[in-house]
Amino acid sequence: MRLAEAWRVALDALRANRLRSVLTMLGVVIGVAAVVALVAIGTGTKQQIEQQVEGLGSNLLIVVPGRLEAGSAPSVSTMSLDDADAVSRIVGDRSRVAVTIASGENVRAGNREAFASMQGVLETTPSVFVRRLDRGAYLTRSDVNTARRVAVLGAGVATSLFGDRDPIGRQITIGGVRFRVIGTFERLGQSLGVDRDNEVHVPVTAAQRLLGTDRIDGLAIRAPDRERIDALGADIVATLGERHPDTDFSAVTQEQILGVLGDILGVLTGVLAAIAGISLLVGGVGVSNIMLVSVRERTKEIGLRKAVGARPRDIGLQFLLEAVLLTTIGGILGMALGIATALLADRFTPVPAAVTWWSLALAFGVSAAVGIVFGVVPAQRAGRLDPVVALRTE
Amino acid sequence: MSGPAIVATEVSRTYDLDGVSVPALRGVSLTVAEGDYMAIVGASGSGKSTLMHLLGGLDRPTGGTLLIGGRDVATLSPPEMARLRNEVIGFVFQSFHLLARTTARDNVALPLVYRGIGRRERRARAAELLERVGLGHRIDHRPNQMSGGEQQRVAIARALVTGPSVLLADEPTGNLDTATGRSVLELLESLNAEGVAVVLVTHDNEVAARARRRIVMRDGLIVSADPVGGPGAVSAEAAGGSAAVSADPVGGFGVVSAEPGERS
Repeated sequence: MRLAEAWRVALDALRANRLRSVLTMLGVVIGVAAVVALVAIGTGTKQQIEQQVEGLGSNLLIVVPGRLEAGSAPSVSTMSLDDADAVSRIVGDRSRVAVTIASGENVRAGNREAFASMQGVLETTPSVFVRRLDRGAYLTRSDVNTARRVAVLGAGVATSLFGDRDPIGRQITIGGVRFRVIGTFERLGQSLGVDRDNEVHVPVTAAQRLLGTDRIDGLAIRAPDRERIDALGADIVATLGERHPDTDFSAVTQEQILGVLGDILGVLTGVLAAIAGISLLVGGVGVSNIMLVSVRERTKEIGLRKAVGARPRDIGLQFLLEAVLLTTIGGILGMALGIATALLADRFTPVPAAVTWWSLALAFGVSAAVGIVFGVVPAQRAGRLDPVVALRTE
Repeated sequence: MSGPAIVATEVSRTYDLDGVSVPALRGVSLTVAEGDYMAIVGASGSGKSTLMHLLGGLDRPTGGTLLIGGRDVATLSPPEMARLRNEVIGFVFQSFHLLARTTARDNVALPLVYRGIGRRERRARAAELLERVGLGHRIDHRPNQMSGGEQQRVAIARALVTGPSVLLADEPTGNLDTATGRSVLELLESLNAEGVAVVLVTHDNEVAARARRRIVMRDGLIVSADPVGGPGAVSAEAAGGSAAVSADPVGGFGVVSAEPGERS
């Protein structure tokens, strides 16, 4: 039998049981759609996070106390602003070094209150990280040197304290201490699960006074060039090690952060795809089941076809193609549904999604393979039917 | 093809039912010559259906030799058997066995599908054969739009479409009224006159009586194989055969009884 003829016969058989074919396909449609949509969401999330990490600025080197190893206990920082000065001397440019000391604080303006992440920083922060102001001005060196009580608000904090009013020049209290608002940041959104619009930047000196400490949590350096970034990190870690013999320090680059995040998100995407794959498998079992029913129902037809000259493989091919047709049509519809779901999710929900060619190819290939794998047993059974017995079946 | 279409020599067929051997045919010899017109008669359980399945290459004997189209079926693989059925044999069944959702034309063309013939040629040849069985006006009708007699004519056209040397008809008139049955037989006879061997399997002696040769089966054996002579002989044999089939108790095993006509 010619292949084109076999396709026609298979398509005809599916048409004859339209509702049953559609319901059987539905299992495959849902499975493939789930694979495509979930992989798209995993990929989209990964891309978004990578963009955000890259959006922090280029050639970043982040220095924190402790070792970046699995199983090592988090260390309490012993670094102070003197260490920041020492690092500035190594880098040779103070404007490339940022520090931070962070604390969650209640921020009030009049009778409104918000819980914000207070960040004690140097005036260098906007030149190290990418951070744009919406209104007003950022902290100055003199603000830092004199521990002036001025603050730059994240967009979220500004909105919850002042609504639509201009916050510049207004008074707020942070942890009960009065500050004056001098600027607001552009809205940034979530990054790595942290609401970056919830930050309030104040001079690191003022923050230290408020918290009653002289330490800082960590340092970030914008390296002058990419080639020297690892050597610079080693220099800094060595210098800090001399100054604090009891503490380990680590310097990590964006590439390293991206690498770790990429691994985690890759695993996450894989798990999502595997779960979706299970539903595809269940759809395949449904196809197999229906094909067995179909073979039994059409036993007489098989007998007749054999009597007029169909070889076992002609009959087997007919049923195999029927199964493959079910799963590939289901696969195409499932891809369409998966793409639509991903696009809708990307557009109308905070969940990012990016449809990738490899996930489409994979889903389609798997659905066709499911048809072959789950169609083979019913097809063989049909092909091997004894024509005498088949013809006698009523 | 030259020589006889089918030659069966001491053919037996034993079924294995849950470990018990049940002999359905116990050594049958038979030749279907080119242009033959033969009826195989017998009660149900006599082995006539088993014999027909063997003659048609749907089944294989468990003993003896069976040549179809000059080839020993014992040496053939299932695909080769399928090809033999396609090329040498045309089947006509009691219940027509037409594909329900398929037009008369495509039903007739079905055997050509398995011969790898292109769609256009298949449709042309199917139309030709439908014309020949008197259904030129029914080409695009489906089986449920046709009478029983028309359906059987479609089935006959399908059996003929590959140009077989033997038509095997299993109770071809069994589901038809007398007049329709007669016209179907007349069609088969006119095809026979054109050179196709016709083997009728039937328990209807009136049908059997029309054949030139009559094989009577009982208990898996041929109990009589008489060439039927002229029209006078036909009616006499028909009367005798009828008695044999309806009144015959289970005879002694292995006993090839004498002419059934003598018993009545």
